[in-house]
Amino acid sequence: MTTTDLPFPGLSGVPTTDEPQNRKDFSSDQEVRWCPGCGDYAVLAAVQGFLPDLGLRRENIVFVSGIGCSSRFPYYLDTFGMHSIHGRAPAIATGLATTRSDLSVWVVTGDGDALSIGGNHLIHALRRNVNMTILLFNNRIYGLTKGQYSPTSETGKVTKSTPVGSVDTPFNPVSLALGAEATFVARTLDSDRKHLTEVLRASAAHRGTSLVEIYQNCPIFNDGAFDSFKDKDTRDDAIIPLRHGEPIRFGAEGQYGVVREHTSGAFFAVEVADVDESELHVHDAHAIDASAAFGLSRLTDAGHLHRAPIGIFRDVDRPTYDDQARQQVATARETSGAGDLAALIAGGDAWTVN
Amino acid sequence: MTKQVRQLDRVIIRFAGDSGDGMQLTGDRFTQETASFGNDLSTLPNFPAEIRAPAGTLPGVSSFQVHFADHDILTPGDAPDVLVAMNPAALRANIGDLPKAATIIVDTHDFTNRNLTRAGYLENPLEDDSLDAFTVHEVDLTSMTVEAVKEFGLSRKDAARAKNMFALGMLSWLYGRPIDPTIKFLERRFAKAPDIRDANLTAFKAGWNFGETTETFAVSYEVKPAPMEPGTYRNITGNLALAYGLIAASQRSGLPLFLGSYPITPASDILHELSKHKRFGVTTFQAEDEIAGVGAALGAAFGGALGVTTSSGPGIALKAETIGLGVMMELPLIVCDIQRGGPSTGLPTKTEQADLLQAMFGRNSESPLPIVAPCSPSDCFDAAIEAARIAVTYRTPVMLLSDGYLANGSEPWHLPEVDALPVIEPGFATETNHETADGKQEYWPYKRDDETLARPWALPGTAGLEHRIGGIEKADGTGNISYDPNNHDLMVRTRQAKVDRVADSLPPTEVDDPDGDARVLVLGWGSTYGPIGAAVRQVRGAGGSVAQAHIRHLNPFPKDLGDVLGRYERVLVPEMNLGQLSMLLRAKYLVDVVGYNAVRGLPFVSTELAEAIADLVSSLDPTLDTAPSTTEEVRR
Ligand code: SF4
Repeated sequence: MTTTDLPFPGLSGVPTTDEPQNRKDFSSDQEVRWCPGCGDYAVLAAVQGFLPDLGLRRENIVFVSGIGCSSRFPYYLDTFGMHSIHGRAPAIATGLATTRSDLSVWVVTGDGDALSIGGNHLIHALRRNVNMTILLFNNRIYGLTKGQYSPTSETGKVTKSTPVGSVDTPFNPVSLALGAEATFVARTLDSDRKHLTEVLRASAAHRGTSLVEIYQNCPIFNDGAFDSFKDKDTRDDAIIPLRHGEPIRFGAEGQYGVVREHTSGAFFAVEVADVDESELHVHDAHAIDASAAFGLSRLTDAGHLHRAPIGIFRDVDRPTYDDQARQQVATARETSGAGDLAALIAGGDAWTVN
Repeated sequence: MTKQVRQLDRVIIRFAGDSGDGMQLTGDRFTQETASFGNDLSTLPNFPAEIRAPAGTLPGVSSFQVHFADHDILTPGDAPDVLVAMNPAALRANIGDLPKAATIIVDTHDFTNRNLTRAGYLENPLEDDSLDAFTVHEVDLTSMTVEAVKEFGLSRKDAARAKNMFALGMLSWLYGRPIDPTIKFLERRFAKAPDIRDANLTAFKAGWNFGETTETFAVSYEVKPAPMEPGTYRNITGNLALAYGLIAASQRSGLPLFLGSYPITPASDILHELSKHKRFGVTTFQAEDEIAGVGAALGAAFGGALGVTTSSGPGIALKAETIGLGVMMELPLIVCDIQRGGPSTGLPTKTEQADLLQAMFGRNSESPLPIVAPCSPSDCFDAAIEAARIAVTYRTPVMLLSDGYLANGSEPWHLPEVDALPVIEPGFATETNHETADGKQEYWPYKRDDETLARPWALPGTAGLEHRIGGIEKADGTGNISYDPNNHDLMVRTRQAKVDRVADSLPPTEVDDPDGDARVLVLGWGSTYGPIGAAVRQVRGAGGSVAQAHIRHLNPFPKDLGDVLGRYERVLVPEMNLGQLSMLLRAKYLVDVVGYNAVRGLPFVSTELAEAIADLVSSLDPTLDTAPSTTEEVRR
């Protein structure tokens, strides 16, 4: 079997187990302490339910998080874990993933952690393409510090720190990731267990940095931010589903579609009835050029969310930082042999005193 | 004609020119020749922070000082005996440091009106009487170089660039240096550019020949090799020794070395050096910023690597929070601070030792960590191994405090036997370490070793030892999140106690008190070792009695340090800061130490320090006049 034949090429090199596992094997003995109704519960359940599918040895899985509500995640998983400091998880995970090819490395972060204080580490992890999956819980608010606006909050957001409304333009995390040369970018919903699991599976299969934005409801400080995607009456019109190889259509009757304007290259949602069906954009997640994926990401509402593409925007292969860094070490050893310390310190200009 | 050869016991030469003139290379080559000849030596490179300040201006002057002798020496010397000045700015920038009767060798080529004005001269100093106190040799180095290399068809500019090799050849003749090492070096260095190689070789030899034939120099000098213990030696800078020490620590612990770093003066050379040694299993990661550098190193340490980050003061400030995380998670981590002048950007290329308190206290809350400081360029090797030993044994971040003077300065290094280097035992946890009341086997990440108080280090991949650590306070033993007041108090004290335990593993303080009747102790740390030693020798040479001690462990202090301080009536603490070690000593031992402080971005002038020591010695015994009678470094 070649690497690409494995169900999870992204995890080749990580020891597997034949022992059957179930979600309980991945649940730690720690009491989960999110607010009742928090979207984090659903994500935790989905991850605990999904991890057994990987068939990895539990001790070879590491979750690294930063600071924020979602960053408590590692405590609840019975794997190795590190609850680090604000914004730095991608950097810490980079050191770990680079030195340990036998680990499956996951980063858990939020919109404040990843996009505000840790923005620099996020973009550099993405461009380097270190083999790890970053789960970005986006609730569009600061939860742990009790309700200030975040870098994904809509402009005009009234919060404790912006009593007359914020004046910041928010980030679109998917656009940002694509601009940072990410090789795998997806968006999913906390409440859609099936889709979330599908995306997790694809992200694990991907070798390189996978960024998964998870729309996550914070019932305490930003309740209902994603209701359009959850309400039976609105969700079909709100979710623009991205499926590789298929024309993009949505709406209860599939009455809407996405077309690309030829001159500007921009994407628009249209009524299918108004266009020739052949004009509907066929999604290609594996396109080497990221401009279509970026264009699709711009269909996300910037203000209150009524509509956004959900699914895998981009999934392309590019050599990973960690594989190449390890290869350089291996090549040096193959071509010149393991280093000789005595020869190294003597250098070329040593002299002897008798 | 055969020229006269005069014997000298020591010489200090300063090469000075424009940053583009290759003075660092010239100094470095002269040093290598001198090292292989067998002199003891010490060097002081001094260069501007700007990569290429405007040519011919004072800010653009770069210099390299080398002190070599037929006996053991401790410093690059206070004042040069010989100044080689490649242009008016180099002359003007350095003339103030020369003692009377010093020799100046000057390239006259650039002494044009324009260049004189650029250097701030109103009159040509070669034509007025301003240099009368010195012996001046005027040589048109540039023209002679261009003439010598004209056969290679280089542009005039490229041809002139070989003038530093002409100067090197001339000085090599003047001081009887062996020329083979430089010839071999040039052949290696320019192997791919035969024209440049031949031009440099030719200029170098032409400089030598010029020295021999010209009437400018009536005599040449000889400085005999210094007696040294038998063994193999090489010349080494502090940054190189530090890089080698880290590789040695990796080899002696079996832990793969991972360096996470962001380029910063004067630490970058460690990153450059380590990136060459992948054969030793070294991984270097040039991070997006200082924080990511230390973060990646800590992540690698979690995975079982020897995690290292290298920086200077401003970078250490950025890393503080992550170092605190390392203190909390109790993982081995080596943080190298190559100190430079500050605060803020300060003096990037100049030396200082003012980060001691930052190393001690520069994190939120009670966040103790061990601090190790090398005392000479070659000592950086041993100090790096010692930092690794403490980090791994005690599962803690360790701060290694070098500085710009050690980083770029060099000295001969008696090479250690590799097999005799200390072995570092990682002692990873391999099994559960706790049994619950109902007989269940568990792994407790914060259960401690009785002797060291270190916690176990269980690597990801070890079945049954899955656990979570992080920055939130841990419950003693289990490592679970705990907000319990008494537990926090216990953990704060335990982290401190663990660092204090490092003192159990330290050797007693070495005090050098040859007369045995000294009433004054001079106590230093870090790179001031050489200048303090030279000052102490001067005082002793003048009949004063003084003891000297130098501490390598700044936290915790050696256990006997309080006793040592108590044995002397006065303790003088020279530091290139405003009294940071003094503050710590006063706080801990209630001893009224006297500070000697200079923060000029340069190593101490030994003579000035000697005067301060002598004043203190004679203040206790006014009948004694121990003022040093010489401004030169004296023999032991
Ligand atoms: S504050 Fe919001 S995001 Fe945080 S735990 Fe509570 S509900 Fe979840």
